[in-house]
This record gives sequence, structure tokens and C-alpha cells, in this order.
Amino acid sequence: MTILAGACLVIALIPLFAVLIYVIGQGIGRLDVNLFTKLPPPPGLKGGGVGNAILGTLITVGIGTLISLPFGVFAAVYLSEFSSGKVSRWIRFATNVLAGVPSIIAGIFAYGLIVATTGKFSAFAGGVALAVLMLPTIIRTTDEALQIVPQDVRWASVGVGASNYQTVLKVVIPAAMPAIITGVTLAIARAAGETAPLIFTALFSNFWPRLSPQTLWNQPIATLSVLIYNFATVPFQAQQELAWAASLILVFMILLTSILARWATRRQIY
Amino acid sequence: MSFNQQTAHHHQQSANQTETVLRTENLDIYYGKFLAVKGVNLAIPKNRITAFIGPSGCGKSTLLRSFNRLNDLINGFHVEGKVYYYDQDLYAPKIDPVEVRRRIGMVFQKPNPFPKSIYDNIAYGARVNGYKGNLDELVENSLRQAALWDEVKDKLKQNGLALSGGQQQRLCIARAIAINPDVVLMDEPCASLDPISTLKVEDLMHQLKEQYSIVIVTHNMQQATRVADMTAFFNAKATEKGGKQGYLVEYDQTEMIFQSPKEEATRDYVSGRFG
Repeated sequence: MTILAGACLVIALIPLFAVLIYVIGQGIGRLDVNLFTKLPPPPGLKGGGVGNAILGTLITVGIGTLISLPFGVFAAVYLSEFSSGKVSRWIRFATNVLAGVPSIIAGIFAYGLIVATTGKFSAFAGGVALAVLMLPTIIRTTDEALQIVPQDVRWASVGVGASNYQTVLKVVIPAAMPAIITGVTLAIARAAGETAPLIFTALFSNFWPRLSPQTLWNQPIATLSVLIYNFATVPFQAQQELAWAASLILVFMILLTSILARWATRRQIY
Repeated sequence: MSFNQQTAHHHQQSANQTETVLRTENLDIYYGKFLAVKGVNLAIPKNRITAFIGPSGCGKSTLLRSFNRLNDLINGFHVEGKVYYYDQDLYAPKIDPVEVRRRIGMVFQKPNPFPKSIYDNIAYGARVNGYKGNLDELVENSLRQAALWDEVKDKLKQNGLALSGGQQQRLCIARAIAINPDVVLMDEPCASLDPISTLKVEDLMHQLKEQYSIVIVTHNMQQATRVADMTAFFNAKATEKGGKQGYLVEYDQTEMIFQSPKEEATRDYVSGRFG
């Protein structure tokens, strides 16, 4: 039985290591400074980099985080601290349904909401799509983190004459902070790897993103995941190599975020 | 003189010795439709230690929490009858429960410091209440009163959760008295402490009663005899629906409860025959 379970574990780990080894093997050859600082070359030319896509991923995920973080955290605070049982059951159920929505549907939603109304592909539209995907993760993990804080500690705060709001803001949320950070970081890691919702919201661009409020609204932006999707399927060797290198960067960005999340978890108080 | 008159007479005597700070009148405590504690009449004297003893599930802690309206946080909780703080009805509609809790502080069964520094644990109550005085002084005085100052004065920035269990509980006592309450409610404050820490907390209670009125719930009868001036014995009876309903059996000076109780149930309990 132990041997069988062990064998299953090994089989389960094969895809992870196979993917990691393959991506590292294929991507490491193009790993240099240019990769981070240069734009992708025109078709047929050599060299170049994916600097614009790295920056684009950071911007798009950043917008998604800025949107989903306050809504998600405050929704969870409402669920855990202020709602009645009946209401919270329905909201938790709705959150789980949202978590199960395929990412491409979130993309279509953002397309209909932003792209179709403004008529432009944009970083903002991509951020909205990612925010929809991040929201349930943030709500659920924050909700759980708040519920772990012992009732005793809330009572102690109320017992020295604090109001419910003071208790939540000054005692409960700080106590749950490490777990909240973990949840948010995991949501960011997931969003960074999403491709489908970005294809028809952020689209792609061969140029550097410009950081002005207007361009974030009305210009398409490159992201690592969409770059991989585009470049892996073209018949030019330079582009294919860049796709592998971008995969490597993306995998390590997500790995790094996950490690950060683990580190935050270790600081947990309760 | 009939038996009941004797008891009533004795109540009168003990209540007359000092001013009454808290008083209940036919107090029923409900959780939803469930009547958890029934018909309690008692008067808590000022600057004395009053102990609530009795078997598990007899509603001692529930009654204690109804004195600072902490039960308000539990869904379905309500009371019938009266709880008076001096001559104010604590459950009157115009009473702000937050204000009640500033006057009537609480120490809990498990030490529950906030996940903050020792200093901030004490200062928290003052800050949320908009205290304008010198916080450093307040922190030092409170810690001194709780007999913890010498042990922590060099590590006030350290997290309160890093202290030992006994120190944490004294930190919680310091936190409770930092807002300068009138009454301190203690819900089995030594239940999770070792014997030495327990004695320290008991010594502390003797010192604190000069300034505060203390009500303590305890399962430890020796503790009640060591610290309490007055003792109330509660018992529980099974209800038809399988729950337990608590009620006050006897309330008297501690020596009377332990040496010559009036009720047979009290005698059985304090002599260790049940409970």
C-alpha cells in the first residue's frame, strides 16, 4: 500500500518536474540582459527580448490587484464579521460559483464591459478580466483567515470598550494579515499566468507600454502569457526561442510569488 | 423563624456591609428560545471579591458576561428581568453597551493578548477610548498594578503572545484595568495556569479589590475559599429538551457557603460529593 501510494506520488510529480526541466532546458539558452531590456524583433530577424511583455504583465496584474484587492478584502470582512448566517451562506456560494467560472468567460465579460463600450483593447480591460478571476480567491482566503482569529480576541477588544469597527480594523485584520497576504499573493500568481482572458482584452503589442492614464485605457499591451501564445505558433526561430525564454521567466515569476506566499503563511499568528 | 426568612435575613446582612455595585432582579438569560439561566437575584458588593461556583453548564459564565453586555455579541441572546449597575438598568434602551464595557472590564479563561506589543496591548483600550493623558505612565502603572512591570519593563516592544501563560494572563489583567474600570469580571482566570502563576494572580486579586469590585467564576473551590468574600453557588437542572438550565442555589459569605451551607445541594457540592 505504501509502495503504491509512493508510486502514485512520483507519477503525480512527473508533470511538474518534466515541465520545469523542459522549460529551463529550452529557455535558458536565450537568458541574457537583452531578454529583459529589448523589444521582440520583427519577423525574420534575430535577437531582441521580451521586456515590453514583462512590464505589461506587471502592469496588467497590478491593475487587476488594485481592483480586486479592496473589493475582495472588504467583501470578506463583511462576510466574516458583519453578515448574518443566511446572507453569508448565499454570498459564499456565489463566490464559489465565480471561482469555478472558466477564465475565458471572465475575458468575454471584460470584453463586453470595457472593450466593446470603449472600442479599444487596453491594459485596463485586461486588468478587469484578471480582477474577476482574482476576486473569489481573495474573498475566500481572507474570509477563512478572519474566521481563524479566535472569538476570544474579539471579545477582549470589545471588552475594553472598542466598537465593532475598531475591533475589526485594529485587532482582527492585523491578526489575520499574514494569511490575507498569502491569499492575495496566490491570487496574483494565478492571474499572472492567465492567457485566455487577456487575448481579447489586453490583446498584444510589439511596442513598449507607455505609462500614461490615457494609454492604459486605449492601447493594447503585451503580456508574457499572450506573447508565449503568439510566438510559439509562428514559423520564425527567433520568436520561438523568445516564447521559451518568456515561459521560463513567467514560471519563475509565479514560483517567486508562491514562495512569497509561503513565507507570509509562516508568519501566521493563529 | 422559617428557613427562607433566615436566608433572606442573611442576604440583607451581607449586602448591608458595603455598597452594592451590581444587582440582578429576576434575571432570565435566553439564547434564542432556550432559557439558559433562570430567575437570578443577587447583589455584588463594592470592593469585594465575589465568586461564582457550580458545576459545568450552570450558567456562571453566561451570567458573568451579561454584566458587561458581552453576550450581546452572541446571536439570539436576550435577557428578561433586570441588571442594575448602581441604580442604572444596564439593558435599558438608552444604554450604550460600549460605555458599559468601559466601566465593567473583563479577563477571560484563556489568556488572550492581542497580537501586538506588550505596550500596545495595554495602550489599546486607552487609544480606542480617546485617552488624552500620558500613555507611557498609564502602561507602567497598569503593569505595576498587575505585578508584571518588573518582568517586562525591558521588553515592552516585544509581542504579548511571546510571554508565558501566567504572564499573558497578568498582561490581560493589566489591559483590563488600564481603562480604569469600576468592576473587573474574571471568567476562570486561572483555568489554564500552573499553580505558581495561579497564586500570583490570586495575590493580585487581593490587592486589586481595594480599587475594584471583582467577580470571579471558578471551578476551583479552594480558590473560592482563598480569594472570595462572597460566594454564589449555581446548579443546573436538565430540561425536557435535553439542555441544561442554570439557577442560583445559595448566595452568602464565603465561610457560610463552605462551612455551614443552608442548602443540601450546596453542601454536597462544596464537600465534593458531586459536580
